[in-house]
Amino acid sequence: MGETDKLTQSSQKTEANTAKVDHNFILSIANLVVEFKTRTDTVRVLDHVSFDISKGETLGIVGESGCGKSMTALSIMGLIPSPPGRLVSGSIKLGEKEITSLSAEQMRHIRGSEISMIFQEPMSSLNPVFTVGEQIAEAVRLHEKVSSKAAMSRAIEMLKAVDIPEPEVRAKAYPHELSGGMRQRVMIAIGLACRPRILIADEPTTALDATVQAQIFDLLGDLQRETDTAIVLITHDMGAIAELADNVAVMYAGRIVEQGPVEVILSNPQHPYTQGLIECVPHLEASPSTERKPLIEIPGVVPSLSDLGAGCAFAPRCANCFGHCLTNKPSLERGTSGHLVACHLYTEDHVNVHPTASPGTV
Amino acid sequence: MSNLDTPTPNSSPPSTTDQGEVDSTKTLSPMKEMAFMFLRNYEAMFGLILLLGIAAFTFLGPLLYPTDPFEMVWAPFTYPGEEGFLFGTDYLGRDLLAEMIAGGRVSIAIGLSAAAISVVIGVFVGALAGYYGGIVEEALMRFTEFFQVLPTLLFSMVIVALFGASLWTVTFAIGIVSWPAVARVTRSEFLRIRELEYVTAARSSSARDGYLIFRVILPNALPPIIVQANLMVGSAILFEAALSFLGLSDPNVMSWGQIIGSNRTYILDAGFAVAIPGFAIFLTVLSISLIGDGLNDALNPKLRQRG
Amino acid sequence: MSFWRVTAKRIGYGFLLLMSVLVLNFVLMSLAPGDIADTIAGEMGGADEQMLAEIRETYGLDQPFHVQLWRYLSRVFVLDLGFSYFYNTPVTTLILEKLPATLLLVFSAQIVAIISGVVLGVMAAKKPNGLFSLSVTLIALFGFAAPVFWTGILLIILFVSIFPLFPIGGIMDVTLAGSWWEHTLDVLHHLMLPMITLASIFVALYSRLARASMLEVLGADYIRTARAKGVPERSVMYRHALRNALAPVVTVAGLQFSAVISGAVVVETVFSWPGLGSLALHSILARDTPTIMGILFCSALVVVVFNILTDMTLRLLDPRIKSG
Repeated sequence: MGETDKLTQSSQKTEANTAKVDHNFILSIANLVVEFKTRTDTVRVLDHVSFDISKGETLGIVGESGCGKSMTALSIMGLIPSPPGRLVSGSIKLGEKEITSLSAEQMRHIRGSEISMIFQEPMSSLNPVFTVGEQIAEAVRLHEKVSSKAAMSRAIEMLKAVDIPEPEVRAKAYPHELSGGMRQRVMIAIGLACRPRILIADEPTTALDATVQAQIFDLLGDLQRETDTAIVLITHDMGAIAELADNVAVMYAGRIVEQGPVEVILSNPQHPYTQGLIECVPHLEASPSTERKPLIEIPGVVPSLSDLGAGCAFAPRCANCFGHCLTNKPSLERGTSGHLVACHLYTEDHVNVHPTASPGTV
Repeated sequence: MSNLDTPTPNSSPPSTTDQGEVDSTKTLSPMKEMAFMFLRNYEAMFGLILLLGIAAFTFLGPLLYPTDPFEMVWAPFTYPGEEGFLFGTDYLGRDLLAEMIAGGRVSIAIGLSAAAISVVIGVFVGALAGYYGGIVEEALMRFTEFFQVLPTLLFSMVIVALFGASLWTVTFAIGIVSWPAVARVTRSEFLRIRELEYVTAARSSSARDGYLIFRVILPNALPPIIVQANLMVGSAILFEAALSFLGLSDPNVMSWGQIIGSNRTYILDAGFAVAIPGFAIFLTVLSISLIGDGLNDALNPKLRQRG
Repeated sequence: MSFWRVTAKRIGYGFLLLMSVLVLNFVLMSLAPGDIADTIAGEMGGADEQMLAEIRETYGLDQPFHVQLWRYLSRVFVLDLGFSYFYNTPVTTLILEKLPATLLLVFSAQIVAIISGVVLGVMAAKKPNGLFSLSVTLIALFGFAAPVFWTGILLIILFVSIFPLFPIGGIMDVTLAGSWWEHTLDVLHHLMLPMITLASIFVALYSRLARASMLEVLGADYIRTARAKGVPERSVMYRHALRNALAPVVTVAGLQFSAVISGAVVVETVFSWPGLGSLALHSILARDTPTIMGILFCSALVVVVFNILTDMTLRLLDPRIKSG
């Protein structure tokens, strides 16, 4: 089944809410809305986020800091800090099971066994007072009825699986005795110890050296091929997306602004924001003789979620912004290239309201 | 950027999670903002008002209630409210209200001056240790540790015992035993600030050490030192009370601790003579520590960010 | 460095600290107006210049400073802290007689304060904005602000006139004839009020610290990791968070030993507890310098020993602390 078909089905499902459930999706998120209460008002950090993932697929979620990527991940895990956070509406389905309505205890059983998550900061994400072996074994014992000895040998097995040399020795090491790359491998080992169906990786390599980043991505790719785990890869690095992802969702200010297969998004980005993100990637292929392209940046910063106006959140930074953009929020619709994009440049009446804009120029 | 992120107990790295944080502090100047934080902090305001009330009681009291605190005015152990004595009389038949007014002045004065001594010594030792580092730091911190090994009250008792119980020895004894806490705070602030860029910049323009220590680093190190100094006043008042209670204070000077010390043999007959001055000390120290908490909140950048 | 090598280093360092205390002792004694000769003469009911000179010669007070210092130090090495002319007993004997009572008071108060402080702090940290949390903050404020002797006296008034449950003075009932465990119970019965009084100051400190430390640890990344693994909330609290949050509490508790001894001086006086604090006060009022100095040294010794024990505990608790 092709990528486009999947997306068609997904949108049909969320739109028509048909009784027939597609068994290929192991995770379906529809119209997720999350709000945070602050001292003065309520801020919507996720605004009608929807996507689906099938077995063995990698979905990349990209965007700048503060756009809602990590909040999406925490919502799936049921770990939104509450208060002040609150899941207002929407559904998250794990296979056929709706998990937004589960009790805290039921949700706890899902975390670590069916959905796992690894974090941005391997340096501080491991508990400093337990050995790494103990921390992996704990994950195993939480979800499977095994002896502590069996759990420890599974821990060593996992350390081996994430390519840590001398796993028997390293299992007895404390986190501070390992390098950042090693610690992230341990995190992956913890995440995969109970063979989850979905692994959420929240910027897993941001804190690591470039060479180690590549190793971690290779490792994730290899492990995924072996276990058929679906991966939600959260990152702001388009390079990582190109390497690992099958599908991409681009987020901006709590909304998905463009979504589709990775080849399509990379080769034919529609949303000015996506185009900006791709332009930002430095071009290494340029030889000294050819003229080097200047690095391009997106002007401005991510807006504060508390003062979003009525229009498109990206409008203040957008080179193609026109009057309509300042007053109406664009909805996520199938554009001319066949994938989903939320931008007035591609709506049918665009020609009427903005005769001069040419899509694709930033 | 990197140097500004040097971790301290109070500062946290900039938040990198996508929680849509709201920046609510854009317009106010830092001083105004601090004052605003402090004023909005009800506990701190309560503490401030309480302290001002106590100060008014003890400093303006003599004008309104001119009874001599050392004069025997009535039969001993008159209960509060009887015979026109608001707080009653003590074991010698002295007016407890007059004693309270006079004693408060001494307690507060000793608290302030002993705290001042400990802050001066502590800042000096801590600043030198934190600024120079290396062998100087090592030696000064060992010296500080040495003072921390001696139980403070016992040590000041010994000083008072050896050099006599006058107002000055008591003040000095309290100051000399309580500076290590200030030194530690000062040192850790200096260690942090000395690595910051503006200090490096000042240093590279060959500023002298004295200038760097007192004009560049110290002003920036002040917030936690101010909080600590504030707490020192409270603990110095408690300290003086404990020494007086043990009978190791100047017998010719009235202080709250002194009142408790001299009446404590009769607690089962006249508990009020002990309970009233004790409560006054309690209220004073309570108000000071409430103010300290408020200052801490107002001066702590992490909390300020969070609002 | 291995655990025991660091410990050995600590012990050596503590030894040096105690040597410095002895030197300070000696300097203070020589700085103070009047000397042992005056004291002895005073005990004898007065003496003329010649007798004073003789006494000074007998006790080596006419020797140069460094010779006297060396004599003092070498005597302390054989546990001779001098002779109390007031009690007519060697100072070492006096101190050893009173030390157990003080250690019992200090140690039990410290243990009770740490345990209840940590329990209160953890419970408060569970709901940092709840009513319980607020009351723990209030307890902490009150505990810091209330003078310890005042707390003690209020307890005495309370337990004498309203609930006569506990004895309010002394360490045991001398008239009691019974087996050893009846005596033990009797001592514990007498211990209650002094211990509660002394612990009250430190419960305040520790609960506040434990609350702050727990709140900080609960925001740490590894707690999020634990939750993401599916660790039950109870285990997140007690297994993952508490062990990390304990380190600052233990560090501060270790530093507080000297303050607990200071508090014990007052509490012993309030409750006529026959320990080093009472002895210190009596000898200060009697100007019995050798005993005062002996007590100062002995309390420093107790503090150093407890600091070393704290340091060992900390290094067992947190594998990151290798030394220093």
